[in-house]
Amino acid sequence: MSGVEGFMYPNEYGLQWSILIVLYPYITGLVAGAFILASLERVFHVEAVKPTYRLALLTALAFLIVAPLPLQLHLGHPERSPEMYFTPHSTSAMAMFGYVYLWYLMAVLVLEIWLDYRREIVLLSQSSKGLLRVIYRIMTLGSSNISERSLAIDNRAGWIVTVIGIPSAFILHGYVGFIFGSIKANPWWSSPLMPVVFIFSAMVSGIACVMVLYMAITKLRKQSIDMRCVDTVAMYLFYVFIIDFSLEMLDLIHRVYEADESFRSLNFLVHTQLYIPHIVIQIFLGTLTPIILLGITQVVHLPEVVRKRMYATAGCLTLIGIFAMRWNVVIGGQLFSKSFLGYTTYKIGLVSKEGLLVAVFLTILPLFILWALIKLLPPWPANTAQAPAAGD
Amino acid sequence: MSVFKDAGHLFRFAGLFVLAFLLFLVIRHFVVPPSFGQYGHYRGAAMGEIAARPVKFAGHETCEACHSDVADAKKAGKHAHVNCEACHGPQEKHATSDDPSATKPPLPDSAVLCVRCHTASAAKPKGFPQVNPAEHSNGMPCDTCHKPHNPGMDAGGPK
Repeated sequence: MSGVEGFMYPNEYGLQWSILIVLYPYITGLVAGAFILASLERVFHVEAVKPTYRLALLTALAFLIVAPLPLQLHLGHPERSPEMYFTPHSTSAMAMFGYVYLWYLMAVLVLEIWLDYRREIVLLSQSSKGLLRVIYRIMTLGSSNISERSLAIDNRAGWIVTVIGIPSAFILHGYVGFIFGSIKANPWWSSPLMPVVFIFSAMVSGIACVMVLYMAITKLRKQSIDMRCVDTVAMYLFYVFIIDFSLEMLDLIHRVYEADESFRSLNFLVHTQLYIPHIVIQIFLGTLTPIILLGITQVVHLPEVVRKRMYATAGCLTLIGIFAMRWNVVIGGQLFSKSFLGYTTYKIGLVSKEGLLVAVFLTILPLFILWALIKLLPPWPANTAQAPAAGD
Repeated sequence: MSVFKDAGHLFRFAGLFVLAFLLFLVIRHFVVPPSFGQYGHYRGAAMGEIAARPVKFAGHETCEACHSDVADAKKAGKHAHVNCEACHGPQEKHATSDDPSATKPPLPDSAVLCVRCHTASAAKPKGFPQVNPAEHSNGMPCDTCHKPHNPGMDAGGPK
């Protein structure tokens, strides 16, 4: 059989989980990371990152709406997926994820965004016209009370929701890591470190995503980038990235030192089929290069324009690197036989149901949803627009 | 009282949650079959429905009761553990018919049937007989050389 080397069990020829299952942890990670960044301002009072607060929340919502779509497209009978909610089985990791997802979407993200925007929603419901007015009126839930006292209550409630939201975000993405980490039959996945690595890589990708989006959108709006904000976001990205990389290396060292019965097979895989996506793209291009770029900005005082370019480059490379990490986990974990005596290959289709075009569409879709959300709920006050700075 | 008044919108949001939950319970009531969970995490009525389906397989003991010559040939060969209906298909109608010759199963096309198991594959144990059909027989039916009930070349087939 083409693409198969050595001994493979019959159900290992073709990969069961495709690129869409790569997108699922990638998109969920962006959600959790973006929310953690938002919580920096709300709970930990890091005032410098305030310009990204609302954008981070809307980014999290846009990606969270899309997060279940790759799973739905992967299913043979997507119409049966609600059964996971109606008759959940306590031993099904995926059924429990359904509840984690719903909790995070409704009880955390939507509630926090609603509380934070309520004043604007009420004002817009009075000033806008046509269909938008109807939408804003529905969003007010029939209450136009924006007295100082009610807004203070919103603020307090929003703080509580964010405090609950931080462990929820950890659970959301930690749970995605758990889904892989708990598969004991697969030595590439089965590791108690998996949920922790997933949480930190989620924080890295989410922070990088919001940083890049903030810089790109500000540029498109022809406004000046708040360098104090971007410097602070980049600093947090750098520190979280160091922790994430250390954890991944700890996992690697543990595997190398333990060298259990799967090690020779996995080692061969990393040095052959996974060499480009794992060693070159994930570790060198997507991890070490952005860490070095971000590290330089922390120790050397560089001009603003250079810092911007370094942050943009580091942010984009980080997003590529984390995508490669998800690819290597999901696809890499299916390329070797559980007999450790054979290897298969993954050939991605172009226009199939789980093909490249669908994956590209699902990756871009959250950006369109974000655009619509920004139009509906502008993250920045209209009266604070600044003149473009020289050199922008 | 003013605290309740100023927090009224929060109660509305909470009310929305309660409404959604009630809606969920109503939908659940209608979409989950009544017998779900009767015996386990599945629809209990499914057991009766499956039991009511007509039997399609007769079982090899039934086949061997009439076709003892084939059973003896099969027992001596490598296909001893292959069930009759694995190749000939479900034969309950043939076995229970008053006139079995009227429901005689068609002879399987060996050029199609044999390669399902014997096409070479890396996943099969080395000791399992496997061939590249195009190279091995050049399109000829397998039963030209091999007797399906006892397929070894030393079992009476042409050399």
